[in-house]
Amino acid sequence: MGMVRESQFHVLAVDDSLFDRKMIERLLQKSSCQVTTVDSGSKALEFLGLRESNDPNALETHQQEVEINLIITDYCMPGMTGYDLLKKVKESAAFRSIPVVIMSSENVPARISRCLEEGAEEFFLKPVKLADLTKLKPHMMKTKLKKEGEKPAEEENTILKPEESAVIEILPLHQELELEQQEPMLSSNKRKAMEEVISAGRSRPKYNDITTSV
Amino acid sequence: MNTVVAQLQRQFQDYLVSLYQQGFLDNQFTELRKLQDEGTPDFVAEVVSLFFDDCSKLINSMSRSLERPENVDFKQVDSGVHQLKGSSSSVGARRVKNVCISFKECCDVQNREGCLRCLQQVDYEYKMLKTKLQDLFNLEQQIVQAGGAIPQVNIN
Repeated sequence: MGMVRESQFHVLAVDDSLFDRKMIERLLQKSSCQVTTVDSGSKALEFLGLRESNDPNALETHQQEVEINLIITDYCMPGMTGYDLLKKVKESAAFRSIPVVIMSSENVPARISRCLEEGAEEFFLKPVKLADLTKLKPHMMKTKLKKEGEKPAEEENTILKPEESAVIEILPLHQELELEQQEPMLSSNKRKAMEEVISAGRSRPKYNDITTSV
Repeated sequence: MNTVVAQLQRQFQDYLVSLYQQGFLDNQFTELRKLQDEGTPDFVAEVVSLFFDDCSKLINSMSRSLERPENVDFKQVDSGVHQLKGSSSSVGARRVKNVCISFKECCDVQNREGCLRCLQQVDYEYKMLKTKLQDLFNLEQQIVQAGGAIPQVNIN
């Protein structure tokens, strides 16, 4: 539990509007996050170190310089939309584990479900409020714990039931690869499943014996 | 000296409340104020200033698009309204936002006359708000200069 407090979460915020960038930057700073803002999806990919083309060396760029714990992006942007960016991130072996949140000023249910199905953790309607950002912490913490390897943290939280362990986040790498094959099954229930997992806590003695079945 | 500060604070509070009551501002402005702290004392003023700059630019470009009746670029106008609606909403500029809603409707049905009316109204509203907020910020400055703190104002 202590390790997640060592360094701040670093969020990459993407929005073509200067005004919105300023807003989201302040919101994130106020939520104790380190923020980097960029004005386009392609700049976001550049920042991550992800090349557009299928680069065989992409795996090598795996979080070399910058560790990003979350990407928050506007949906409507010229060129690469937030949805396009989401897809690119989720298609990348190196970066698909980074949680992505989409923001939009328009409440279009079809758009929202499409984004969630593609793997977005949350969809925020603008104007985004401080209270909305509290939802981000659990998603960002997943990436921290994952990086620090499996740590059966003795948490205040309760026992994790085996069937709720559609847990993609804190398994050692070889098991994660196994899971990724099963990922498509989660699709629209993923978000719900994730939320259940988050509330159930992380204390588990062993990972090896748990198979995910959804 | 204390009475001066107290008086100014009272003035500030009353003025801010009146802006909400008259519909110039809504809850989102309260959210904006929450983001300001000792480390970022100019945040609200900066954001608001950016907003007014946007208003001015967008109104100009939409005006150009609407200029010739036979050749209106409604797509451009729609884009402008969209941006304006978004930023006015984020800032809590309630009246401006409401005009944008009507504006969008006129744009959707390609009603040039309606658009022109809305454009005029948006222009009026943002300038009005600009003046009001300038007065508010001036009061804030006076309080700070008199050694006082900006009151937290709770709006119901």
